[in-house]
Amino acid sequence: MPLLSGRLRVEPVAESLEERTPAETDRFVLRLYIAGQTPKCMRAFTNLKRICEEHLADRYRIEIIDLLQNPQLARGDQILAVPTLVRHLPEPVKKIIGDLSNTERVLVGLDLRPDPI
Amino acid sequence: MSHSEGALRKAPTGIGGLDDVTGGGLPVGRPTLVCGGPGSGKTLVALSFLVNGVRHFDEPGVLMTFDENAEDLAYDVASLGFDLPELVASGKLIIDYVRIDRSEIEETGEYDLEGLFVRLEQAVRSVGAKRVVLDTIESLFSGLSNENILRAELRRLLRWLKDKELTAVITGERGRDTLTRQGLEEYISDAVILLDHRVHEELSTRRLRIVKYRGSHHGTNEYPFLIDHDGLSVLPVTALGLDHGAPTERVSSGVAPLDAMLGGRGFYRASTVLLSGSAGTGKTSLAASFVNAACARGERCLYFLLEESPQQIIRNMRSIGLDLEQWVGSGLLQMHADRPSRFGLEAHLAGMYRAIEQSSPQAVVVDSITDLMSAGERNSLRAMLVRLIDHLKTQAMTAIFTSLTPGGAELPDSNGGVSSLMDAWVLVSLEQRGLVLHRHIGVLKSRGMPHSNRVYEFTMTEKGIRVPASDAAALGPVES
Repeated sequence: MPLLSGRLRVEPVAESLEERTPAETDRFVLRLYIAGQTPKCMRAFTNLKRICEEHLADRYRIEIIDLLQNPQLARGDQILAVPTLVRHLPEPVKKIIGDLSNTERVLVGLDLRPDPI
Repeated sequence: MSHSEGALRKAPTGIGGLDDVTGGGLPVGRPTLVCGGPGSGKTLVALSFLVNGVRHFDEPGVLMTFDENAEDLAYDVASLGFDLPELVASGKLIIDYVRIDRSEIEETGEYDLEGLFVRLEQAVRSVGAKRVVLDTIESLFSGLSNENILRAELRRLLRWLKDKELTAVITGERGRDTLTRQGLEEYISDAVILLDHRVHEELSTRRLRIVKYRGSHHGTNEYPFLIDHDGLSVLPVTALGLDHGAPTERVSSGVAPLDAMLGGRGFYRASTVLLSGSAGTGKTSLAASFVNAACARGERCLYFLLEESPQQIIRNMRSIGLDLEQWVGSGLLQMHADRPSRFGLEAHLAGMYRAIEQSSPQAVVVDSITDLMSAGERNSLRAMLVRLIDHLKTQAMTAIFTSLTPGGAELPDSNGGVSSLMDAWVLVSLEQRGLVLHRHIGVLKSRGMPHSNRVYEFTMTEKGIRVPASDAAALGPVES
């Protein structure tokens, strides 16, 4: 499957101009760092896709970076753990590491939900 | 690659002395743990290993630092003469600064540290690294919370380093009851070096100890360890041993009556002489006479002054007819003046070692070791002198150490317990008779040669040190 080839963009396709809301500033630019198609990484991608569809429909963009193919990209975003999800926009930059199996924690990490703690 | 015992290959660190006490350096293709408290010099040891590898041993390196950012690091080590940016630009060194900010990281579900591996492998491959430094990897534990994952990954990382046959230095912060806070010593069992930095009576001393070195003989002492503008050094610079030669050649003491007392021929070359006496007995004059005679023979001479400046000595010695300035001018005589209290003992010893190594003299004078005692504990003084004397003997250098005996106490152990290390011991003293102070000189011991057992009176004249005519006739090796 072409899903995880190098850098892949997954963007929801807007049906019409009217649907291209809210404003560009509200857009989420997310980068998921993986290292090969390991079960952990695949789980992270599936979880991320689902969470985005449910909570960020139409206002997100996911970029997948496979470090096995682009090792030089690990330094820039200070990646240590795999998988790591980096929220580039909106600022500030946030990182969520792990397979994203805990939806609540992911939503907190993305600032879509206040931290209950 | 097989690592059979006895065939353990070593990667030199290029740190003066460390390669001696480790028998050649760190184990090739294996990780070494360097641990110590804050400010103990872990990072500098690790960096020296890396930088020297690039500069002197054609081994490119990777520094993965978890603590400081690259600019700070470069600045800190520039003072040691390391130009990190230049080495990076030359393509033989890579610095990867790993930043973990817990406040911006959320953890959810399973993960591993493959990103770290990817970065390390990328760096190693891009410069063809043979050496790797991870400084300080324990920071991972404060940045990430899943300790089980971290420990498993740490184990995997160390295996990975071995598989890649990388010679690695991993630094660790000293723990309360353990060598490192996170027990890194459980994972790194090949070689462990412990650094210690303590302050005693306002003087800071650094120590280095090889806690463990699997499959290799190594020194087990705590060695003084020094950081200064010339970089790092571990003392001794030469290994300790008693296998130095025993030349039978004799050299003049520069004082004719003293030579006569020593059978007419002076000291053995490469012997070590203690010259002790109370204040004003003429120790410095005797030492300077020796220096003068050595230079007159065309020998290079190193004169360590711990009490007076070179100018003072040159001026004062003119009064007994010695022109030391000519030898300074001709380059035969080098004077090193330093008050020992300005540095710790180790700093001083290291400075002396360096001076000796640089000019490789045939004669050395230290005036006086009493001043060194003010710079440290007595035990360290003795240990330090053992090392220094050993070094001098191995290099066949004749040496005189002067020592101030407190007034009254002539013979007690007022010489830092060092007299037993000395081949010869010359004693000078003052005696008041009527209204006149008389100086006396005697040879307390002189190993391996007949020597006078009498004490002679002597005077310091503008023509040098003289024994009155009445006594001169009796000068000889043994008084019958």
